[in-house]
Amino acid sequence: MTSPINWISQILCVTAFNLRTLPARKGAAASAAIGIAGVVAVFVGVLSIAEGFRKAMTASGSPDTAIVLRSGSNTEMTSGFSRDETRLIADAPGLARSADGALASAELFVIINLPKRFTGTDANVPLRGLDWTAFDVRKDLKIAQGRRFERGRNEIVVGAGAAREFAGLDIGKKVRVGRNDWEVVGVFTSSGGIAESEIWADATVLQSAYQRGASWQSVYARLTSAEAFQEFKDSLTTNPQLNVKVVRQTDYYAEQSTQMTRLIQTLGYAIAALMGLGAVFGALNTMYSAVSARTREIATLRALGFGAGPVVFSLLIESLALALAGGVAGAAAAYFAFDGFSAATMNWQSFSQVAFAFTVTPRLLIQAIICSMVIGLIGGLFPAIRAARLPISAGLREV
Amino acid sequence: MSNDNGVLVKVNNVEKVFRRGSEEIHVLTGLSLEVPSGDFLALMGPSGSGKSTLLNLIGGLDRPTAGSVSIGGERIDQMGDRALAAWRARHVGLVFQFYNLLPVLTAERNVELPLLLTHLSKADRRKHVEAALNVVGLSHRTKHYPRTLSGGEQQRVGIARAIVTDPTILLCDEPTGDLDRKSGDEILSLLQALNREHGKTIVMVTHDPHASGRAKRTVYLDKGRLSSMKPE
Repeated sequence: MTSPINWISQILCVTAFNLRTLPARKGAAASAAIGIAGVVAVFVGVLSIAEGFRKAMTASGSPDTAIVLRSGSNTEMTSGFSRDETRLIADAPGLARSADGALASAELFVIINLPKRFTGTDANVPLRGLDWTAFDVRKDLKIAQGRRFERGRNEIVVGAGAAREFAGLDIGKKVRVGRNDWEVVGVFTSSGGIAESEIWADATVLQSAYQRGASWQSVYARLTSAEAFQEFKDSLTTNPQLNVKVVRQTDYYAEQSTQMTRLIQTLGYAIAALMGLGAVFGALNTMYSAVSARTREIATLRALGFGAGPVVFSLLIESLALALAGGVAGAAAAYFAFDGFSAATMNWQSFSQVAFAFTVTPRLLIQAIICSMVIGLIGGLFPAIRAARLPISAGLREV
Repeated sequence: MSNDNGVLVKVNNVEKVFRRGSEEIHVLTGLSLEVPSGDFLALMGPSGSGKSTLLNLIGGLDRPTAGSVSIGGERIDQMGDRALAAWRARHVGLVFQFYNLLPVLTAERNVELPLLLTHLSKADRRKHVEAALNVVGLSHRTKHYPRTLSGGEQQRVGIARAIVTDPTILLCDEPTGDLDRKSGDEILSLLQALNREHGKTIVMVTHDPHASGRAKRTVYLDKGRLSSMKPE
């Protein structure tokens, strides 16, 4: 009976022999590894879009911030409040307060057209009207360049993502919106979140420009704590004077990102699966060639007493080693090529562009390596089984 | 490792049928053979007569369609694949016509291969390898790769690999078939010495009457049957 140690030493021995024959087959081995690297690079590249989009949509969300919309509305686009309603919301319990009053920001949301900086094509960009309170409601918001807009003036501050993606949003420049020119006076950041895709202006000026009167579409409310949400929500949803929907900011953004993230992920997996199929055939071809070229050597080892099991395992290890090399190369290439790459895409829930950066996460890299190993496993398994099943006497006759 | 009456190899009423599509090829038909321990037997016969098939059955590289093969009293035709592989590693030394050395390994690493299936330490393995290469007269070529050795030298490495585990039986399939006369003679002398001086039981398949003349006895195979007389 073969002992486990003996079995392992057989695997190591045959594997070492197999790997030492690699230089003689470097062309086929390299093509299989490159094929797998390509799959992994595309896999990581596409999924880094989904990851970056999801991150942009959720990064600036905070569990102690609530968004109040009209009941039945899923987005700010379809919501609407009167001045009285926004005041009632600002009086609700659970709201954080500063010296200036409750940290509740009544906001207006419109879509404007701006040309993309790199293609020149028009795209929908969200323009948000708000009060200075909004800067205190959003904790992670920072003016990175310039200053805030002044109340009552046609001034805008732009998110860093919007400034990067759309033309004419540099400080000092003027943007034509409706019948007015608006001067860019500042650039803000928001931890890479969705707010960075927006342009902000004084709500009262925007109401006037868009003839909205005294109406708002949403109220962003900073709570005393994340735990105060339920009290805040209950007080508003049970108030007979209001007909509202209250959601945490984190849940709101997560829901907004779900559709696009799923679409990109589905596409990513589908493309990777199709390419992976091609890579499996590449790996199969390489390993069948490897087995074919070494039929006599493998038969000799088995004639000397090496077991069929160690032969199968050692060929699988060789295939997995090739796949791992390809996987690591592809993942590294994808990381350096895609991580941080800026882009903008449509958020179909708000019909506006979201600026985001491709994000290659460690989890994505691990998934990619696993994907390459699966390709290596399938590509190596059948040739290895063939090698183990070939009658020794027939293998010894191979030239 | 022989049974009571000194018979090491007992092939009893063996049949071997190969299938090629729907066609059945009867290579061995009711063949029986006994090889005493310490014998040096040459198996001769025309191409396709079943010599190598018989050698493969004795070496546990293949299984008979019917009949039995016993080596030292053990029925190897009834062993499972893993047990048979372990049995080969312990009891059989194989010498091939084309040497079957692994090209990426040096002479000493090729010879060491069968020892990797034992529990010997690295130091003990080295001693065994040195001794085997010394027996075949190649102790000065231990670090050479097969491609840098002559055919005769490669076959010596092959023989060293076959004897390094001190197997019960040496099975040689046309060991001089790829060599010139001088190198072939040297290999045959080496096999004779292993038989005479080290008591190795050897079964050798050959086409060459000159080679069979160096064996203690010769049997002939023709159309799957054995004869002590050369067929007409």
